[in-house]
Amino acid sequence: MPSLSFSLPRGAAWREAAEAALRAALGPAAGFALFVLAWQAVAMSVPDIPTPGATWEAARALFADPFYDNGPNDQGIGWNVLASLRRVALGFGLAALVGIPAGFVMGRYAAARAMFSPIVSLLRPVSPLAWLPLGLLLFRGADPAAIWAIFICSIWPMVINTAAGVARVPQDYLNVARVLNLSEWQVVTKVLLPSVLPHILTGVRLSIGTAWLVIVAAEMLTGGTGIGFWLWDEWNNLKVEHIIVAIFVIGIVGLAIETALVRLARRFAYIEE
Amino acid sequence: MEKFVRIENVGQTFVTPRGSFVALRDIDLTVARGEFISLIGHSGCGKSTLLNLVAGLARPTCGVLLCAEREITGPGPDRAVVFQNHSLLPWLTCFQNVHLAVQRVFGAQESKARLAERTRAALDLVGLSHAQAKLPGEISGGMKQRVGIARALAIEPKVLLMDEPFGALDALTRAHLQDELLKIVAATRSTVVMVTHDVDEAVLLSDRIVMLTNGPAATIGQVLAVPLPRPRERVALSADPAYLACRAAVVDFLHRRHGHLAQAPSAAPAEAMETADA
Repeated sequence: MPSLSFSLPRGAAWREAAEAALRAALGPAAGFALFVLAWQAVAMSVPDIPTPGATWEAARALFADPFYDNGPNDQGIGWNVLASLRRVALGFGLAALVGIPAGFVMGRYAAARAMFSPIVSLLRPVSPLAWLPLGLLLFRGADPAAIWAIFICSIWPMVINTAAGVARVPQDYLNVARVLNLSEWQVVTKVLLPSVLPHILTGVRLSIGTAWLVIVAAEMLTGGTGIGFWLWDEWNNLKVEHIIVAIFVIGIVGLAIETALVRLARRFAYIEE
Repeated sequence: MEKFVRIENVGQTFVTPRGSFVALRDIDLTVARGEFISLIGHSGCGKSTLLNLVAGLARPTCGVLLCAEREITGPGPDRAVVFQNHSLLPWLTCFQNVHLAVQRVFGAQESKARLAERTRAALDLVGLSHAQAKLPGEISGGMKQRVGIARALAIEPKVLLMDEPFGALDALTRAHLQDELLKIVAATRSTVVMVTHDVDEAVLLSDRIVMLTNGPAATIGQVLAVPLPRPRERVALSADPAYLACRAAVVDFLHRRHGHLAQAPSAAPAEAMETADA
């Protein structure tokens, strides 16, 4: 630190940036080291749990060829992750198509709010897996039933956040809209939508987060393909290393989705005042 | 003189969970074309409520309001409003904020080029041509308020309604914008109704000052004509006897005859006695 305070101009900025990056990485690195150490300790006392080293080897073997395909029940981990992501995307996309307009109507019209908000309150706490049998019954297939469960779990945060956002549009903006005599279409596109967009994106983030949690469980039940199915399959094969790899893969994918959405949300957040 | 805005026997009562609340009663006021009127009173006296009635954002419980001989039944482009907190849409640039209003009022009859020209002219009028591409979050409070004024003037309203337009600004910026407003009003011959709680602002800008009694059930206590010739100049006026007399009359009304605690009809008898003694 003292050397920095009177450092020469050339190279100083570079060194400062490098030190800042190092300091920022220090905390997470220490945390990870501690985590791996604890894991190693557990693995040494419980023989069923694979050590970090064994898991790392298993992961390297898996990711050497993530996209092999030996028939429907034996596919690479890459295919399984993609299958799960596809289901999440489909279920979530459908939920957005229905949920965002529904939230808009509920936020804008008190009558719609009075009618539907008790139903939403009643159904929201239900685990989406409880809807899975209905999906199997309606669509007669494991894949659409899993998408259906994703649809159900994604729709509530989107309806609720959109409705709350619309209801919370500042009265000033609505007064502007009234004074300028904007048409209902202009009120929606120029005032409500931009104002509600950050709330919608919060709903989207919560939805995708839940969807990614639910898909693993749904696939364990429906089977076929997907990271959840793969994880359960490896449990049946008693390949515990693979289960731990799957846990990390699920975590990393979830983190990537979350980070991407936070970036997106920041782009659309307008500056207040 | 032409009676441009007429407020006849207007009262406003709000229904609250704790019973009805009379905000305004027996308001009678006419505003001539080209006149600058200030509504002044202590906070909570209902002056903004009165302005909202003229704007059409609320309907009176009794009485009638007319603008150019037509009853006011809702907001309309003949009455533009400048809000206290500017109320620009933060996701639109200054240009787009003004253009939204222009397009709504003139979009049906005029070409796109003409609409853009109107928008630019309005921003030019308030001296903000250089900031037209900026978002409201990127400019100062005074500039935002000027965009608000540009938006209101751009639709060529019959009446300009201003709700404490400079209340949120610092004293120097406020003085600067008051001077600008004097020039703009002189150039556009606008009819203005402005709510304020600033005595100097009211005297400097107004042709008549309408003083409201304290709420609840506020009404017009006194109307003071300001006989100062225009154009008015802040520095020259500060020692002008007529200016000082007007100022004294408003201060007297606000602080001696309608001091904050006096004349509250709902006050308990003991409390009313106390203030009567004071």
